[in-house]
Amino acid sequence: MSVLLFTIIVLFGAFLAGLLGSLTGLGGGVIIIPLLTLALGVDIHYAIGASIVSVIATSSGSAAAYVKEGITNIRIGMFLEIATTVGAICGAIVAVYLNANYIAIIFGCILIFSAIMTLKKKVDHTTLDHTDKWAKFFRLNGSYPDKGVDHQYAVKHVPAGFLMMLFAGTLSGLLGIGSGALKVIAMDNIMRLPFKVSTTTSNFMMGVTAAASAIVYLHRGQIDPGIAMPVCIGVLTGATVGSKVLLKAKTDKLKIVFAIVVTFLAIQMIYKGISGL
Amino acid sequence: MSAVNKNINDKDIQVILGTLLRAGVIISMTIVLIGGIIFLIHNKGVITDYKVFKPELAKFSSIAAIFKGLLTFHGDAIVQFGILMLIFTPVARIIFAIFSFLIERDYLYVLIGLIILAIITISLNGGLAH
Repeated sequence: MSVLLFTIIVLFGAFLAGLLGSLTGLGGGVIIIPLLTLALGVDIHYAIGASIVSVIATSSGSAAAYVKEGITNIRIGMFLEIATTVGAICGAIVAVYLNANYIAIIFGCILIFSAIMTLKKKVDHTTLDHTDKWAKFFRLNGSYPDKGVDHQYAVKHVPAGFLMMLFAGTLSGLLGIGSGALKVIAMDNIMRLPFKVSTTTSNFMMGVTAAASAIVYLHRGQIDPGIAMPVCIGVLTGATVGSKVLLKAKTDKLKIVFAIVVTFLAIQMIYKGISGL
Repeated sequence: MSAVNKNINDKDIQVILGTLLRAGVIISMTIVLIGGIIFLIHNKGVITDYKVFKPELAKFSSIAAIFKGLLTFHGDAIVQFGILMLIFTPVARIIFAIFSFLIERDYLYVLIGLIILAIITISLNGGLAH
């Protein structure tokens, strides 16, 4: 395939991945990697390198808006970034030594898990119980504005949330994705944060987490300009359009259709991984 | 009074942080786009092969190599430079956060910021990848 044709196909696919990723909340990385590996036969190491770059672009772009609105809890974000960056570097180093087939299998499993998570009804776990010692010490409790009203919230189970973030960071570094689904579990279910705060703070953390593993990938030669260029431009454009559409569209049905497609892709990746062993 | 002051400070920091992130993304993606166009003009007919991961063929796999490549004005070097700037956008955000917490006299979070920066510096050590 010529460079021009390859670039055009990847650009188009990455646009679609960014658009769907932002509409469903799954993120562009989990879609562009199967697309590159299954449809174009790109080695998963290159696909991961390109994807992690697009994660930095989209998360920094949207974090900019959320931070200005004051929803993001910068202290929680930075505190947990210690866990995610350590995890990300460990994950990226492991990825270097791991056979591409194993990575594909793990990727498929995480993909199915993420698809299920987007379909699950979210339950509000927020609390005003300010007794957590860690939360007090690190001053993690806060408030966020919603329609002009300030909502207070308290943070619970800080060590458990921290551990979960270590795991989320490792997967992010291993697979080149934002692993937003895991981050949101750690913050919603374990630390009891409100959705708005957890999703925006998770997004805020993604950039630094991805940067930590991207640097390892860069040194390893996994970031190829010929793939990374169309992937990050396409995903960022798609995600930007998606966030504009999101305000108007109803995404419930789209999420179901999309979860089915993603599960199908995941099974293909697992199958490909197993048959290659 | 001090609580009010702190709120204003936090709000200012949020606005500057947001602007920094947006500017970083826009600038680096513009560089990637320009490099990409130059790359396509020169290489459009070349046949791609990404079927097998060949790290030894990677031309720009260190910061030094990217800067050296940049002097040649090759499209792929410019793309890689843009990507490098994109990677350093969140890192710049951490550095800014450290300074803003220093102004707020929140030394615990100055320390946390420094820890994150140290972790990222460790990853800059290319030896980790080999």
